[in-house]
Amino acid sequence: MSTEIKEIVFDNVSKFYGEVLGVNRVNLTIPPGVTSLVGPNGSGKTTLMNLMTGLVRPTQGSITVLGLTPQQPEEFFRHVGYCTQFDSFPKGVTGFEFVFQSLLLRGITRVQANQLAWEAIDRVGLREAALRKVAGYSKGMRQRIRLGQSIAHHPTVLVLDEPLNGLDPMARAETIALFEALGKEGMHVILSSHVLHEVDKISDQVVLMSFGYVVAEGKIHGVRSEVKEHPMQILVRCDAPNRLASRLFSQDHVVEAKLNNDGRGVLIRTRDADEFYMILNKIVVEDNITLETVAPADDDVNSVYQYLVGGAGGGGTV
Amino acid sequence: MSSMATARKSWGDAPWQLWWSQLGAIFQIEVKKAIWMRRSIWIYLVAFGPTFLIALHAIVDHASVGVGIPVDTEMMATIFQVYYLRLGIFFGCLGLFTWLFRGEVVEKSLHYYFLSPMRREVLVLGKFVAGVAASTVIFGTSVLLSFVFMYGHYGAAGRDYVYHGPGLGQLMAYLGVTVLACIGYGSVFMALSLVFKNPILPGLFMLLWETFHAVLPSWLQKLSITFYLKQLSPVTLAPDGIMALFTVIAEPVPAWLAVGGLLCLSVAILLLARILIRRMEISYLAD
Repeated sequence: MSTEIKEIVFDNVSKFYGEVLGVNRVNLTIPPGVTSLVGPNGSGKTTLMNLMTGLVRPTQGSITVLGLTPQQPEEFFRHVGYCTQFDSFPKGVTGFEFVFQSLLLRGITRVQANQLAWEAIDRVGLREAALRKVAGYSKGMRQRIRLGQSIAHHPTVLVLDEPLNGLDPMARAETIALFEALGKEGMHVILSSHVLHEVDKISDQVVLMSFGYVVAEGKIHGVRSEVKEHPMQILVRCDAPNRLASRLFSQDHVVEAKLNNDGRGVLIRTRDADEFYMILNKIVVEDNITLETVAPADDDVNSVYQYLVGGAGGGGTV
Repeated sequence: MSSMATARKSWGDAPWQLWWSQLGAIFQIEVKKAIWMRRSIWIYLVAFGPTFLIALHAIVDHASVGVGIPVDTEMMATIFQVYYLRLGIFFGCLGLFTWLFRGEVVEKSLHYYFLSPMRREVLVLGKFVAGVAASTVIFGTSVLLSFVFMYGHYGAAGRDYVYHGPGLGQLMAYLGVTVLACIGYGSVFMALSLVFKNPILPGLFMLLWETFHAVLPSWLQKLSITFYLKQLSPVTLAPDGIMALFTVIAEPVPAWLAVGGLLCLSVAILLLARILIRRMEISYLAD
């Protein structure tokens, strides 16, 4: 058994549905932490997740999760939980029965299944509704009970397909906090979303997908710095933006310095962020400028996605 | 290490305890679904239709003490062989067993099974056993009640026929054949549901095959479930007229061979189902 291997590895994986491309030649290594799969509808996110969990088989290539494959289901699915995007349930079950039955299928005792089911239901905040039929649940509640079912057996790899769909703002915030907590516990949390600003907050790394291809992967800052054709945007708020702008504009790597309308900030576009930060320190000391904030303005999933893939993005979704 | 020793070791290392627990869990879930689901209502009607008619016959004929036990015995045999085996259990199993997997695909819930730490072979076996149990309970109860109504209204003569004559043996044989019919048809329909999205056409083909297998070459007859079942029926019907199609046994085989042949055929079909389920992918949109 090889759970000492901590990565999820896609080795030259392709999946075709007849003549339709699902994903093509994916080579990917996903370390522990929160990983977001980002891409528009049809980009291959769900296919990648289904491949990872054995719901579909690759046309070519191989996938291992912590060194295991779905061909060893007893071991594999002890470590893996998958909350799919299918908003469907076995007929006639209550929320509790849904989680409880799936635990029984894992071969654990009724007493233990009962305890784990309530624990998971509590974690997704559905105790009061647990004994009601799932058919009467709201979309958000159904989403939460499915999430509860996928974490009930304490997996080390949690795969979530559009897990924030249908959740109200409060539930979204709680669910995001739950993902962050799970990621910090050393779990693999792999989630797909097209709400970029939400995944941006919680992701340790991102996988950007388009038309079945992985366009970029890695830590978001690393991915951003690789996008050389789009200079980094950095917003500096200070008490002397005019002076700062003129000093910075004389640097070769600075391609634009734009003053904010409120007169308290300057937006810099630079080809070399590291060099920029060094020179900024120097200028601040020499000119005695008081800084309020220095923050990257396009060092996020949304911007990276727009630069690499194009498309909407401005509104926070793709 | 010899291949035999390797096989013995892997047999011993297999997680039998886990498989048993999983089989138990699948059995509970699936039996409950099969017996209580709303769409099983028509199966109950198909199963208990003849029971109702025989009960009616018992009430109506009660005053004239029936038409005689030998005639009713032949009637029971005809109802069993022509209705139960050819139509009732056939269509009941078609409804129950095709829905075991097809229903999960239609309701988009099969992935919950596929995402459990469970071999797909265990899933096939668990669902099959649950299907056999549910269909046996439904059709076994129906056959039992039909038998009780058929002989119950004869009073002491009926009890004498059952307990001191051939009646009890016939009842046991009817019930045994019912179980075997559920196993045989069940395996076929479960396998068909893994191949075809709509089981109606293959079901019709099966009905024709099972009805007219008597006119096929001898080796092809052995691929029919009814070939084995009718040999095990306790009362032989005279091959008169059109009834010959249902009752004639061109190549009789001993009971042990009929039971063994049917079980072997069912196991072969289940092995085919095992291959099909291992290749199955979840793509509900395509369905």
